[in-house]
Amino acid sequence: MTTDASTLDSVASGDSEHSDTLANQAFGFWLYLMTDLVLFASIFATYAVVGHNYAGGPTGKELFDLRYLFVETMLLLFSSATFGLTALAMHDDRKGLVLAWLVVTFLLGFGFIAMEINEFYHLILDGNGPQRSAFLSAFFTLVGTHGAHVTIGLIWIAVMMGQIDTKGLTTPVQSRLMRLGMFWHFLDIVWVGVFTIVYLLGVL
Amino acid sequence: MNQTHINSTGARRGNLKSYGTGFILSIALTILSFALVMTGSLSHSTVLFGIFAAAAVQIAVHLHYFLHLDTSSEMRWNVLALVFALLIMILFMGGTIWIMFHLKYRMMVS
Repeated sequence: MTTDASTLDSVASGDSEHSDTLANQAFGFWLYLMTDLVLFASIFATYAVVGHNYAGGPTGKELFDLRYLFVETMLLLFSSATFGLTALAMHDDRKGLVLAWLVVTFLLGFGFIAMEINEFYHLILDGNGPQRSAFLSAFFTLVGTHGAHVTIGLIWIAVMMGQIDTKGLTTPVQSRLMRLGMFWHFLDIVWVGVFTIVYLLGVL
Repeated sequence: MNQTHINSTGARRGNLKSYGTGFILSIALTILSFALVMTGSLSHSTVLFGIFAAAAVQIAVHLHYFLHLDTSSEMRWNVLALVFALLIMILFMGGTIWIMFHLKYRMMVS
């Protein structure tokens, strides 16, 4: 890459033991993501088993609004793209641009969570909360667990904005940003499973 | 310069082209999935096959373009960990569905 910032090159070529540690940190975080995948697998399995036990209550077809969900999904996909731009700005060592793209990513992620909370709020308000049927219990568990992850991601983004502002783009800060990126892109992958299995199959 | 793939932060880096390609593909596949369900004119099995195929491709696109997963030696352990996680997931989900639906079938009051 000709666009490599000089600081990155000096770190990469100068101290191989140090970059080994950083590579191990990235791999360690990857292993965490894999265990998280197993957690989601167990919730997906639960949903697959009880997803049609409506207990006389509403079905997915009656509850889900695909247009609303499409907008929600687009917010998350766009936030993944803006995080990619954050990473590119980070490699170019452009602090202002990194912060700007992080703000955009945060707002898109926040929009996603706001839409999800709004959906949950109206479901509960109409008496279709998690206690209504096994289907809704599994639905709230699965979608809520993903939402909790995104919320933690939002807090992480806010913390990183503070760190970039006070510490600058130091190597540890960059390393944390890379792991935040892995987390954020990983949540997108889980969401592909959620909107396919829960929402699209639900209205079919 | 063999530093083009791994950067100092221990993660592989993308470029504008790879992120752009991944983004466009992922948007297109999402639109395809939603369109298949929302048109409502296709047969049930066609839609089912279509949305699962689109989801599988989209997951692969995200893994490759956003998480920079490929068959290179630097990514070997990441891929191995993912394959192992997939094995556990298949046992987990497949086993659960198999057992629970058999249970349901055998306990059915006819």
